[in-house]
Amino acid sequence: MAMAMKLSLLLLFFLSSLIPTFSLFEDQVGFMDWHQRYIGKVKHAVFQTQKAGRKRVVVSTEENVIASLDLRRGEIFWRHVLGANDVVDKIDIALGKYVITLSSEGSILRAWNLPDGQMVWESFLSGSKPSKALLTVPANLKVDLDSPIFVYGGACLYAISSIDGEILWKKDFTAEGIDVHQLLLPDGSDVVHAVGVTDLSQFDTYEIDVRNGELLKHVSASFPDGIYGEILPISSDKFVALDARRSVLVLISIKDGQINLQQTHVSDLVHGSSGNTAILPSKLSGIFSVITDTFIAFIKVTNEGKLDVMEKVDKMVVVSDALPLSEGEQAFALVQHGESKIHLSVRLVHDMSSNHLKETVKMDHERGFVHKIFINNYVRTDRSHGFRALIVMEDHSLLLLQQGEIVWSRDDGLASVIDVTTSELPVEKLGVSVSKVEHSLFEWLKGHMLKLKGTLMLATPDEVAAIQKIRLQSSEKSKMTRDHNGFRRLLIVLTRAGKLFALHTGDGRVVWSSLLQSLRKSDKCTDPIGLKLHQWQIPHHHALDNNPSVLVVGRCGLSLSASSAMSIVDAYTGKELHNMGPAHSTVQVISLPFSDSTEQQLHLLIDADKRAHLYPRTPEAAEIFQRESENVYWYSVEAEAGILRGYAVKGSCNLEVPNEYCFETRNLWSIVFPSESEKIIATVTRKANEVIHTQAKVIADEDVMYKYISKNILFVATVSPKASGPIGSATPDESLLVVHLVDTVTGRILHRMSHSGSQGPVHAVLSENWVVYHYFNLRAHRYEISVIEIYDQSRAENKDVLKLIVGKHNLTAPVSSYSRPEVTIKSQSYFFTHSVKAISVTSTAKGITSKHLLIGTLGDKVLALDKRFVDPRRSLNPTQAEKEEGLLPLTDALPIIPQSYITHAFKVEGLRGIETVPAKLESTTLVFAYGVDLFFTRLAPSRTYDSLTEDFNYALLLLTIVALVVAIFVTWVLSERKDLQDKWR
Amino acid sequence: MEKGKGVMGGRKWAVDFTDNSSTPSSRDIPDPPGFTRASHDQDDSTLSRQKKDAEANWKSQKAWEVAQAPFKNLLMMGFMMWMAGSTVHLFSIGITFSALWQPLSALQGVGKVFEPYKDSKVDLNAPKLLYIALNLGGMLLGVWKLNTLGLLPTHASDWVSSLSPAHEVEYSGGGIALK
Repeated sequence: MAMAMKLSLLLLFFLSSLIPTFSLFEDQVGFMDWHQRYIGKVKHAVFQTQKAGRKRVVVSTEENVIASLDLRRGEIFWRHVLGANDVVDKIDIALGKYVITLSSEGSILRAWNLPDGQMVWESFLSGSKPSKALLTVPANLKVDLDSPIFVYGGACLYAISSIDGEILWKKDFTAEGIDVHQLLLPDGSDVVHAVGVTDLSQFDTYEIDVRNGELLKHVSASFPDGIYGEILPISSDKFVALDARRSVLVLISIKDGQINLQQTHVSDLVHGSSGNTAILPSKLSGIFSVITDTFIAFIKVTNEGKLDVMEKVDKMVVVSDALPLSEGEQAFALVQHGESKIHLSVRLVHDMSSNHLKETVKMDHERGFVHKIFINNYVRTDRSHGFRALIVMEDHSLLLLQQGEIVWSRDDGLASVIDVTTSELPVEKLGVSVSKVEHSLFEWLKGHMLKLKGTLMLATPDEVAAIQKIRLQSSEKSKMTRDHNGFRRLLIVLTRAGKLFALHTGDGRVVWSSLLQSLRKSDKCTDPIGLKLHQWQIPHHHALDNNPSVLVVGRCGLSLSASSAMSIVDAYTGKELHNMGPAHSTVQVISLPFSDSTEQQLHLLIDADKRAHLYPRTPEAAEIFQRESENVYWYSVEAEAGILRGYAVKGSCNLEVPNEYCFETRNLWSIVFPSESEKIIATVTRKANEVIHTQAKVIADEDVMYKYISKNILFVATVSPKASGPIGSATPDESLLVVHLVDTVTGRILHRMSHSGSQGPVHAVLSENWVVYHYFNLRAHRYEISVIEIYDQSRAENKDVLKLIVGKHNLTAPVSSYSRPEVTIKSQSYFFTHSVKAISVTSTAKGITSKHLLIGTLGDKVLALDKRFVDPRRSLNPTQAEKEEGLLPLTDALPIIPQSYITHAFKVEGLRGIETVPAKLESTTLVFAYGVDLFFTRLAPSRTYDSLTEDFNYALLLLTIVALVVAIFVTWVLSERKDLQDKWR
Repeated sequence: MEKGKGVMGGRKWAVDFTDNSSTPSSRDIPDPPGFTRASHDQDDSTLSRQKKDAEANWKSQKAWEVAQAPFKNLLMMGFMMWMAGSTVHLFSIGITFSALWQPLSALQGVGKVFEPYKDSKVDLNAPKLLYIALNLGGMLLGVWKLNTLGLLPTHASDWVSSLSPAHEVEYSGGGIALK
């Protein structure tokens, strides 16, 4: 009996201390997760191929990544992701061993060790006012055993030692008011030329001694017509610029301290050009290129200052920078796009008439046009020059071309994911051949025998490796059909380039990719951006023959009133089914909870004039919407003005052309936050597709609390305007964080709570009846996480068991927000060590499994935190009943358990979002984290209570059963024999 | 059950003895010295009546004993339950279900238990009632234990814990303008 007591105590202890974590074993990595590394769209590339053991190219990208890529295979040697605000301006290589990067508008200069990417030094250049950032690394300039680097940034010119990053001298140009366009360092001279423009109407050049920064000479000349764009150097004493009307080319030549301006009308040089002329920034000595509406013209500047048009090529041609070859010769590359092909030609600057090299490369048309090209040369065995070209495509992918072939390609568009949705895979077709079954059975048995050997520690190292290989590359997980557990799916991601990718959740490979026609640059759509991805058709019951499809909503410009572009894309093939060209503007996409007979989801697109447009445009959809329209509401958050507004649908639009799919809306309510004290910094709502199992929460002593579950709750966080800056910009007394819970149907504020001395950034997640948010507490100098749980007080009386048994309760009756249910709030705050980039919550198919918060930390890792830690009912000394319920004793800080990082050893660089998708198996949820990198895994917040683990040893089970049956048989025979002997005795 | 069997065995032995004495063939053998058959024959009827009375008495006494037997069980069960504690685990569940099962099986076999004591002169109703009452008491104890373990649906929480959320009439969507 005492034993039983002890046992029960032990059990109690075990239950109360059981906190599930996701710790993996080393050999489980890559078993159900994958990680992909990207860099983003390349802005600059510098090759390092001379005298280098491993040929590499150093690139900087629009995601603020600097990376060193292997030129043979395109793999990343090393990579650094600078912060979102640390935009890389220029990169170069100094001394043949350092990568120099200039970032943050020319205020941070860093040197990285070329072979391994370690930072060597870093210099902060505090400029006086924002300006262009320029970087010049002279190839062979020596000043006192040092090779200075010249940087222009913040209206100052710096000379910086390339050995240790020390600032050698500084020349401030603020007083001169010059806007420097170019830094030049003619070969062999020790004078640096700063060429620029003052007040857009005066050309200036300053000559500065490289040793001490002394101003040697200053010459200037005024442009009466002003200039457009930048001044381009032709040679060390000739420059070309375009006047403000973009019709006159100005050739500036400096001779003996005298500036000579020479004006030429563009129309005199090239016929048929109009106002949209610009000078291309490609630096080719003696030649410059001008782009007009229809073509690019290469213009040669002769020694006498005459301009000669050498050649005209199509406007879509992309020109590279000049590449110095031996003997003072220069080469550059042109790329022209043809029908599913690209034509690459390399020309020598001195001999423009013929192509030095011409290659045609087959190109997948889903990559779009060429955006950028960088070339590099190598010396062939016959001592002639060969060229390799690095090209950046419209979909942000990066390719290396050499000898007319694509050596490698990288889908770096995936570094800039905008939105994610998922799609089911096709159902497996019945009818599998016998031989296949036999084969797979044999394989299955073989695999399990190997596993059994591994379990019994009989396997040789080779076999252990084979077991690991089987586990990682199981064909099961990368099949293209639907599986029973719902682990295999397609992740459909929309990237900033307007390309849609479908990734397989099993191994992360790209199943299809499609450059959306509606999101491509065209005359109608000049500045397309993708906005949102919604599930359009989810065939489940009626329309099983149809493939699922997704709706992509984009916009043709930067302003909110720009017209929108929409596409419906087949989720299995990536084919664009419909392409709704420029239409009304779109500021909001609302996926309605109704679908038509073909299971197309109804969507409302709200335009800038607050009209609602219904999609799909079918009479059936219109009928469904008309029927439900009186219960459809929408709201807008005007963050700048600090206003929330709620709207309802009023009736058809009053347009000249009658349109039955357009509806006027009327304003129902407004919440105006006082602009002097509150500024909206974050809003969050519940995920529309979240499934909740129950409305009751059973607490200690069999008591019941009814959750207030509404899809129409909006969490709004505001701070005092002074505290809206970065942390440290306001004192605790000035800053106030206020959180509101708003019902978006009626505009009723359900709850309002203020945290004095706290400020943003606020990251929040709303799920079921709770919201968890993260902010900074200035008084405690720490981050905090708070939780608010909302309970429905109007249902609290439903506690009579008899009434509940006979069904006399109102718990299942439909509820309306207009009934104004009484709510009670419970809340609690905890300290949290990390700052947070994104916060999300696991979601499962039926909502039974307990939840985990997924917190994207500043270190770009994803931490899973049990929701039980952020339970407002936690107290310092929980009662016995509360302990049994699983309530943890209150602590002031949330624990960070290292094993519960779901990204384990990986980092999701530049983490922006965490998406969770329920699997069909209730215990499991699929997690996709995206940023510059992509990471996918699946989680079981309460462990896999509803299935055996995948490495469950069926062979061992089978063997045990067989052994038991044999044992039973043998003992039966023995006992029979003994009985017989007994009887004979 | 064990006790019932024991009683039956004792009676068999007694019956054998009387039957032997009444066999007519035994008359041929001369009576042992000091044995007077006359007195024996004389008291035969009164003797058997007395005997039967004694048997009935004995039967009803035994029946009461059997009827009271579950009381000991009850005490034992109570002690076990107290030891098991009020948390749900293997031990407490085992005890509780045996506490529920034992009275139930006993009640099913109530006729069988009292069969050996069936006699026209013995009133078995009262012992049977006691037996049933005690067993019911045992069962109640089991149910009470079940309740203290929280396994009986006597709370509101047991009826609403899987109640799905109510349908919402209105639908609202929107947010910050897309950028």
